[in-house]
Amino acid sequence: MSELETFRAETRIWLEENCPESMRTPMPEREMPWGGRNAQFPNPDTKLWMDRMSARGWTAPTWPAEYGGGGLSKEEHKILQEELARIKARPALTSFGLWMLGPALLEFASEEQKQKYIPEIIRGEIRWCQGYSEPGAGSDLAGLQTKAEDMGDHYLVNGQKVWTSYADNCDWIFCLVRTDTSVKHDGISFLLIDMATDGVEARPIKLISGASPFCETFLTDVKVPKENLVGELNKGWTIAKRLLEHERSMISGMGMGAGAASMGGMEAVAKENFGTENEKIAEPSIRNAVAEHKMDQQAFGLTLKRAAEEAKSGQGQGAAASMFKYYGTEVNKRRFELLLDIMGSQALGWEGDGFDSKELAVTRSWLRSKGNSIEGGTSEVQLNVIAKRVLGLPDA
Amino acid sequence: MALVLTEEQNMLRDMAKQFFTEQAPVTNFRKLRDEESADGFDRDVWQQIVELGFAGILIPEEQGGTGFGPMGMGIVMEEAGRTLAASPLYATAVLGAGLVMAAGNEAQKSEILPKIAGGEVLMALALEEANHHNPLNTSMKAEKSGDGFTLSGEKKFVIDGHIADRLIVVARTSGAAGDTQGLSMFLVDAKADGVNITRTMMVDNRNAANISFDNVQLSADSLLGGLDAAWPELENVLDMGRICIAAEMLGGIETVFETTLEYLKERKQFGVIIGTFQALKHRAAEMFCEVEICQSVVLDGLSALDERRNDIPRAASLAKARICDAARLISNEGIQMHGGIGMTDALDVGLFLKRARVQAQMLGDANFHRARYADLGGY
Repeated sequence: MSELETFRAETRIWLEENCPESMRTPMPEREMPWGGRNAQFPNPDTKLWMDRMSARGWTAPTWPAEYGGGGLSKEEHKILQEELARIKARPALTSFGLWMLGPALLEFASEEQKQKYIPEIIRGEIRWCQGYSEPGAGSDLAGLQTKAEDMGDHYLVNGQKVWTSYADNCDWIFCLVRTDTSVKHDGISFLLIDMATDGVEARPIKLISGASPFCETFLTDVKVPKENLVGELNKGWTIAKRLLEHERSMISGMGMGAGAASMGGMEAVAKENFGTENEKIAEPSIRNAVAEHKMDQQAFGLTLKRAAEEAKSGQGQGAAASMFKYYGTEVNKRRFELLLDIMGSQALGWEGDGFDSKELAVTRSWLRSKGNSIEGGTSEVQLNVIAKRVLGLPDA
Repeated sequence: MALVLTEEQNMLRDMAKQFFTEQAPVTNFRKLRDEESADGFDRDVWQQIVELGFAGILIPEEQGGTGFGPMGMGIVMEEAGRTLAASPLYATAVLGAGLVMAAGNEAQKSEILPKIAGGEVLMALALEEANHHNPLNTSMKAEKSGDGFTLSGEKKFVIDGHIADRLIVVARTSGAAGDTQGLSMFLVDAKADGVNITRTMMVDNRNAANISFDNVQLSADSLLGGLDAAWPELENVLDMGRICIAAEMLGGIETVFETTLEYLKERKQFGVIIGTFQALKHRAAEMFCEVEICQSVVLDGLSALDERRNDIPRAASLAKARICDAARLISNEGIQMHGGIGMTDALDVGLFLKRARVQAQMLGDANFHRARYADLGGY
């Protein structure tokens, strides 16, 4: 048996013995394994699974073993993912530390910082949030104004971050701060801040769709040790950009909200609402709109496949990748508008007895979907990127 | 499912691209139009197309073709679409060859297929009877008479109708309009008694004709395929035709997009390159997205044909509908973004606009295919 085959066999055995049964069932939102100092485990198996996987470094399978990572090769990682999928195992740890900060620390942080922060991330002991956007710095993120003043033995941080997901539940925040006000991109630094520090306050933001994980985070005279600076002073923008790349892959990996799937598909909902003639949706304009939407979805799916095949076959990074976020989010928004057309006033409930949970979920998802074309780079910014980098259109 | 070309397919693409760019550029099409060519195509160029093996791409080697298959035909059609190359490729090498291969008996196949591959026979499918594609609504009748049949009625929008040597006519031999059962196909000599062909001058200057059949006498062996049983094979070949038209349309939108983008980078007004205006950047980026989407659906359609997948009808309707929408947008934007010169005959963009709308009506427009896609989806 080859080494990889041995690895697979051993992995399979270990998973069989160590993945609790309840960790092989669909994961409800309240059981998401975020970890952190104040982690709650309504299901104790979640903690068990997290501890067992992190002890092996398998919460971060490809990170270096010297920091507690799994140290697996690409091939071994693929095998692990297949074996986990085979038993439908839940992720043992979900964390911005794993997805965004960790890879950036491995690339840019000092040895001491890696030794301090990476193991905590891997074990799920520290829960991280991202302090990037500000009320005055969204699309123009580099225009951020939260200041970190050099006070000799520490930085004094003042400012406000917005759209910080889960800040009210997080332990630490990785923050973009301004350390030089005379230049724009070259005056930004990357600072790690303990949320428990005096002067840090997080307040949840209510959205048009109701409660959300987003927060405003206020920083008032917050003292941050100098060793919390990652990379060089005023060279934080490079790290920020790398992190945004990780964030964008994370967003494309996530699902796109409740929809018709749980109700048997858009066509089933349309038939229920409009009746059928010869088994076809009786309202021709709705039938046409449903077909048009499903065509867009199928065409988009084919384009994702094609890009993946092009990448695999070494025919180079296709230009199509730059359109994914734009096209996918706009299709998703249209999907919910069409569901509203189909469901009529039953898709317009807010709460209470007149509406079932699936209907209410559609309404909330419709509202939440408006944010998809704004977060992670607005549609307008995506079009600008396509125009500049793919089409080569000149700057003004 | 292969959405990426193999090395062999890429070589075919390069060869076809070079051929059409050098031997059949848009100026060739203009010449045919301006000189009011009676054939509507250049026989020298067609001869070269035949010599390159393009006419026999769908035809097996044993019958004189190259057997490259539908993906190969799609690749060639796309390159032909880029330069508005007018040739019998679609009507003869796609539909004609496709129908004879699907429905022909051994005698018909061994007689006709080598001639198609060798460029010695031109064919045309006479199917349409109204302004909108609706094959099951065929009501023109073929009545049994003795051992053979008598054909009477009118067909319209017959692509290559006036240059064809042999027509394939779809007629009803039993049942009523709308029935899938009861359709038959007949091989009819274009010069037969009672066949009256009138060329129609279309906005895209490509070959189409109206044909009337006045008691045309057909022998028993003119039947192509089973009596009353044409529909399954006909529908399969129509799907191949749809995907090949979609491929040709893809070539057209690629040319319009590329030339429009070039114009945005060159044209100056108000002291600046107009491509610096954000509104135009965004519209160009949206067109880019449409082109990428269309490449995916066309490639998937061609793959489905190559692999004989059982979702060919769905793939064909997806490709045709989607490309019709994209071609409308891009051809319109092509004119608009060129400003005043976009309205001149001298600029090629207008030629592509006209061609795109005719292609849209061939074998079912976007609305036809959305309805069919919904049928196939069970809703």
